[in-house]
Amino acid sequence: MKSMAKVTIMVNGEARTTEARTLDELCRELGHSPETKIATARNGEFVPAKSRAAASLAEGDTIEVLSPRQGG
Amino acid sequence: MNGNGNDSLSLYGEPLASRLLLGTSLYPSPEIMRRAVEAANPGVLTVSLRRESGSGGAGQGFWELVKSLGRRILPNTAGCHTAREAIATAQMARELFETDWVKLEVIANDDTLQPDVFGLVEAAGVLSRDGFKVFPYCTEDLSVAGRLLGAGCQLLMPWAAPIGTARGLMNPYALRSLRAYFPDTPLIVDAGIGAPSHAAQAMEMEYDGVLLNTAVAKASDPVAMARAFAQAIEAGRLACRAGLMPPRDMASPSTPLAGLAFRD
Repeated sequence: MKSMAKVTIMVNGEARTTEARTLDELCRELGHSPETKIATARNGEFVPAKSRAAASLAEGDTIEVLSPRQGG
Repeated sequence: MNGNGNDSLSLYGEPLASRLLLGTSLYPSPEIMRRAVEAANPGVLTVSLRRESGSGGAGQGFWELVKSLGRRILPNTAGCHTAREAIATAQMARELFETDWVKLEVIANDDTLQPDVFGLVEAAGVLSRDGFKVFPYCTEDLSVAGRLLGAGCQLLMPWAAPIGTARGLMNPYALRSLRAYFPDTPLIVDAGIGAPSHAAQAMEMEYDGVLLNTAVAKASDPVAMARAFAQAIEAGRLACRAGLMPPRDMASPSTPLAGLAFRD
């Protein structure tokens, strides 16, 4: 069986090589369940939770995965 | 302003429990933050969002704590240096915190944390058109204030001093001008407050509320300081409604002169 194509992307500022094909798959790979409070962006643009499964990943993409934090 | 009826503050049509907006950052511990919030009774709690590390421990725990406090949540875009970053962050915050309120920060430089007023106006327009209720962290500049209101903001949050400096109202003249030019716009002093007296001063100047964080969180006793700020804001508001006497140059005795002994 041919192995899945891998892409190298930036996730929260760190390089990561992944077989994930979509943002949804990447979030699961990172250990986030669908119930986890996270918000995502791809290449500087917000990607709503409901759109992650359709958000494909390409070589060099920049991904942000954010969660609630203290703020002033 | 006058009258003795309900004096609660409403922002974007939402009545608030008090005129204090309190940050959730920099406390010695989550438990001290919780007790400080209970002591301060803030109408609003500000929060942020940051990169999640691991599988979601810190962020989820903080969110559970904030939810348990039962306050109105105001996410910020702290640290964003461009309108584009702030817009994307606001959109993420709206989904994460399930609110269309956003404290909009677009920062010009890291030394002063001064608002980039050009990026701020740009982002405020985009977000307002997208349905956000924007709370812009701004300067006291009158033309910027007008642009922000034109962009769709229904309130303004001018700084007292740079974030975290505790220097108080650095430019009271400009704050008074802003108040006078926009008498019907809710104005919240945001940033640079160090002492309860600073907060009271802002309220006496007919400001509608005060947003602060560091002055409480970094006090030796944050819980007591939270209570002190709550009382100062209430005192300042009462004084504003009561009508302060104008200052005068010459002394004027408060004890009657009539009937004074040892006089002819």
